[in-house]
Amino acid sequence: MPLFFSILSLFVTTLYFASPAKAGDYVLHPVSDGIYYHQGVHQDATANNIGAIANVGFIVGEQCVAVIDSGGSYQEGKLLRNAIRQHTSLPVCYVINTHVHPDHILGNAAFKADNPKFVGHEKLPAALASREQHFVRQFSEVLGTAEEDIEFIAVDTLVTPEAPLELDLGNRTIVLTAYSTAHTDHDLTVFDVNTKTLWTGDLLFVERIPALDGSINGWIDALESLVTVDADKVIPGHGTAFDAKDTAGWQALLRYLTTVREGIRFIINDMGTIEEAIATVGTQEAEKWKLFEAYHRRNVTAAFVELEWE
Amino acid sequence: MTITKKILIAILTLLCTLGFITPGVSADDDRWSGLKQAYFGDREIRENADDLLVLEAPTRAEDAAIVPISVKSLQPQTPDKYIKNLHLIIDKNPMPYSANFHLSPQLAQVDLATRVRIDQYTNMRAIAEMNDGSLHMVTRFVKASGGCSAPAGKDMAAAMARLGKMQIRMREVTLGEPTQAQVVISHPNNSGLQFDQKTRGYIPPHFVKEVTIDYAGETLIKLEAGISISEDPSIRFEFAPQQHGVLTAVVHDSKDMTYTADKEI
Repeated sequence: MPLFFSILSLFVTTLYFASPAKAGDYVLHPVSDGIYYHQGVHQDATANNIGAIANVGFIVGEQCVAVIDSGGSYQEGKLLRNAIRQHTSLPVCYVINTHVHPDHILGNAAFKADNPKFVGHEKLPAALASREQHFVRQFSEVLGTAEEDIEFIAVDTLVTPEAPLELDLGNRTIVLTAYSTAHTDHDLTVFDVNTKTLWTGDLLFVERIPALDGSINGWIDALESLVTVDADKVIPGHGTAFDAKDTAGWQALLRYLTTVREGIRFIINDMGTIEEAIATVGTQEAEKWKLFEAYHRRNVTAAFVELEWE
Repeated sequence: MTITKKILIAILTLLCTLGFITPGVSADDDRWSGLKQAYFGDREIRENADDLLVLEAPTRAEDAAIVPISVKSLQPQTPDKYIKNLHLIIDKNPMPYSANFHLSPQLAQVDLATRVRIDQYTNMRAIAEMNDGSLHMVTRFVKASGGCSAPAGKDMAAAMARLGKMQIRMREVTLGEPTQAQVVISHPNNSGLQFDQKTRGYIPPHFVKEVTIDYAGETLIKLEAGISISEDPSIRFEFAPQQHGVLTAVVHDSKDMTYTADKEI
């Protein structure tokens, strides 16, 4: 009997602690003057991590604050907002979404009261519209209680690949650049001119296996141009922020994507099959990435059906 | 029954509901008996026909919208005894009856592969209908979900730009030797289940209904397909050309569009 009750209480305790993380645990790291980010964990989204798996953060100008990606749940959005309030009382004037993936946008609703402009790539609204229903279904399964209060907020300020958008936060200009299809078909980067800090969104994954949801060819092209940006600091979509002099993060992602592409092209030219590609291509990268098993074969599948039409 | 037992049962029920414990397969069996009745009536189907068919599918699919599967026969196609139809059924898809391959005895061997969408963890069945009318089934369980309502296309602009483009891909042929060929058509294969938030409606279904593959004037394969087939439908098959000729593939879709491709051998 005592054993039975201790199992029961363990179960109840686990449920209790699985509910919202405390603000004190939500650590923001300074990157440059007035720029902070919270580093996501290298896990899949769960109720326990409240979907806080991507890098999110903010830039403080003299007049207002720009949030760059809002988190993987409403709860993470609230934690981020509280953290901002501990640094500054300036209003949040922009919430910038680097792309549609839920770990980057589900915190948007936490900033509604600030009445900011929501900013994204011109193709972000369409991407959100086509995925919204899918996300709701998927995320009620994976996020559990952290999925509550989900609200998708459409962006109202759009950026086109032809014309980068400059935003002024008060003596602080940030430049938003939209890309043609790469990691997704609507990636956006943010560059802080004063400190030369580049937020890459998921155009750059560090440590964590990248997830291909756009075009492998387009992504390699985008990376080859991004690596030449004159920056001092880089904040990737996942993984630790780093000094721009160190290009190892860029090189690792380029190596992964080109390895996958060359492997698949070889199989396609040899009239081989998608099954062969999924089983063999890029397996030498396994030790080099977190969550490799969870995403690699999916990346090969996506790249194969793209490269089949070259 | 003691109070403790009642509590224990209540907790177990809760755990089951939360998905911690997988319930038995009885619900799946019920589903199949309904499908069997709907598609095959009272006809007898021999189960576990592993002596005749091999169905290969990933146990856990990487991308529910593109799940590569293959079906091979362990017995050759001969004019006296051959697989006339191969039925592919994905129990829990919105349209479970996913494909019907009409097969010629001219195919020396049945070795087919395609890519399908999977909507929920499900049984998948390949059922061979022999020329004598007998039915033989093999079953696989596949873990994947969301493939039928998943947003179409990672790059819709690129996909629409090449709609209708076709390829016939194969290695150099030696006459009389079996060879693999792949027919693939660029087509969104819209399932009709993808919701468009902008128009507040479902994107109308637009999918490949029929693919006919002929060699030297004889039909080798005719596929009748539905929305379970992935975007950019692909059929890979084996055949053994005995003389020079032209391999043609003709595709009809649900909007009455026709696309063709051919390859001289």
